[in-house]
Amino acid sequence: MAAAGHETLWQEQLQRGLVGVLLVCAVAIIFVPLVLTLYLSVFDETLIVFPPHGYTLRWYAQILPQFGSALRTSALTALAAVAVSLLLGVPAGIGLSRYRFRGREAVSTLLLAPLTIPGVAIGLGIFVLAVLIEERTEWALSGSLGLMIAAHVLITLPWVVRLCLASLANHDRAAEEAAASLGARPLAVIWRVTLPAMRSGIVAGALFAFIVSFENLEMTLFLIAPGMTTLPIAVLQYLQYHIDPLVAAIAVAQVVIVGTALILLDRQVRIARVVA
Amino acid sequence: MTRLTLDRLEKHYGTALAVDAVSLDIAPGEMVVLLGPSGCGKTTTLRMVAGFVPATSGDVLLDGQSILALPPYRREMGLVFQSYALFPHMTVADNIGFGLEMRGMKREPRRQRVLEMLRLARLEPLAERLPRQLSGGQQQRVALARALAINPRVLLLDEPLSNLDASLRAEVGRDIRLLQRDAGLTTIMVTHDQDEAMAMADRLVVMRDGQVQQTGTQEDLYERPATPFVASFIGRSTMLEGKLSDGNTIVVDGTALHLAGHYAANGASTLALRPERLWLEAPGVTAPGAVAGTVELASYLGPVREHLVRIGPDTRLLVRDSTAAAGRLHASGEAVSVRWDTGAERVFDAALTPLLAETTTTTSTRMSTHV
Repeated sequence: MAAAGHETLWQEQLQRGLVGVLLVCAVAIIFVPLVLTLYLSVFDETLIVFPPHGYTLRWYAQILPQFGSALRTSALTALAAVAVSLLLGVPAGIGLSRYRFRGREAVSTLLLAPLTIPGVAIGLGIFVLAVLIEERTEWALSGSLGLMIAAHVLITLPWVVRLCLASLANHDRAAEEAAASLGARPLAVIWRVTLPAMRSGIVAGALFAFIVSFENLEMTLFLIAPGMTTLPIAVLQYLQYHIDPLVAAIAVAQVVIVGTALILLDRQVRIARVVA
Repeated sequence: MTRLTLDRLEKHYGTALAVDAVSLDIAPGEMVVLLGPSGCGKTTTLRMVAGFVPATSGDVLLDGQSILALPPYRREMGLVFQSYALFPHMTVADNIGFGLEMRGMKREPRRQRVLEMLRLARLEPLAERLPRQLSGGQQQRVALARALAINPRVLLLDEPLSNLDASLRAEVGRDIRLLQRDAGLTTIMVTHDQDEAMAMADRLVVMRDGQVQQTGTQEDLYERPATPFVASFIGRSTMLEGKLSDGNTIVVDGTALHLAGHYAANGASTLALRPERLWLEAPGVTAPGAVAGTVELASYLGPVREHLVRIGPDTRLLVRDSTAAAGRLHASGEAVSVRWDTGAERVFDAALTPLLAETTTTTSTRMSTHV
């Protein structure tokens, strides 16, 4: 009896120990690259040498002169793509969750499909199409900011639609009927009842859309032009000729920006609840 | 004060008939309860009146004017839902004021009206709370106050008590009834719960399979059910199917029951007997309103005694009598006579039409010879 009790206790401790080790490994896998990047970004070296001769923050000062234009293009593209995705995606989410109409499945598939297609394929397809149109119409499409934004809408829209649908899944339609019976016209019902109910989904969708657009590399490769490069591609190009701590500095800056946005938004809408 | 009329209102879904020619005239200030099992068409009827479901044919009239062409937001109906349907992001006060705001009422008079509704619904201390911070009973009172704030022409209640704890139902039900009566609101309530319906209605409509089975007061439905369905749905009835002969004997499962009344019909019939109107006597009675049987189960339930009496190989009668009356709990296996008078029995012919007892028959009166 006592021996058996001992044994289970011992097994329990072993189990707990194993779980602990696994946890530490997992956390290390996630955070070691981040910490290393942060560490590298303050090396006072032009080539990465270990151990460094000294530490400096000058790489951070170089971010804007070096990547300012790319950062601006990325931010502009991402913001515009988010805006267009919201304009299209929120009504689409409401429509798809509320009505059963012919072609509903087709619309739903079309809106969500870009998630399943490799970015390279989308980028190449858009590039070829743009060139074809250009040949026939003399319309300078390829390499334009408009095309870049349109392409990014393609990959951001699924996130907005999907999160809007998720936020409406638990929405009680009776509240809308109550509003209608109280004299609210259909648009007032949507504005005063439906959209507030979707708030967390809209915010989370916009955030994901922004990140997806801001970080996209594969598709965007086909859409850039001289003087119009997004941040991930500018970094890639820079890396081809230099390996210095500036790249680490820009990576840290990016993590800080996105991380701050996530934390602030999570306070607002509890993203985990919508995404889970 | 508005009169609400449903005129042969119908709803078809494809070939399925959800609501079949429902006609109903509701007097100003009257509370009518649509009662029936789920899928009987009561909710669809309510939703047609509210304007959320388009009617296939028929009409809905307020004070004689058709409102079928009006969208829901112009029908001026107060709705209360099973799920409360409060606006989760608005405070109690803003919920109540929503309808007034939609009507373009200015801020100050709106505040006054909201305060008045808060007072009526006893919600004053909760005005600035959000719905999720309230109990179910409080939420439903907010929903009611919100519906009443706009002075609706008609109040529609869709299973308003079903989500509430049993202990709260009676209380919120009384609140609804009092506010409705004080405001003189013409009201339709939908429920599947007969106790709730009996407690709250001025008049009841029993529905089944999209059709009205019977419309009447509580007493009409209980004392004079129009169909076997009503007899079993309102209160309890033991339903026995058998063959009626000589107008006063019905043979059920090989056993002859002597009816209390005399009927001008013969053939296949259904007999409904109210358990609480039957009583037990010593075996061997063959008077009108009697059948012989054996006690199978006997339970003492506090206010009542219940006996399950077997009267045929596969037929049993439930007898329920008050423990305040004379009598005793019988042992199982004891032979007894089950007795009743005309008030306990209801006979339906093969077409499910109730048969009326002929007045010439002498009704047996309850005797004091309890065993």
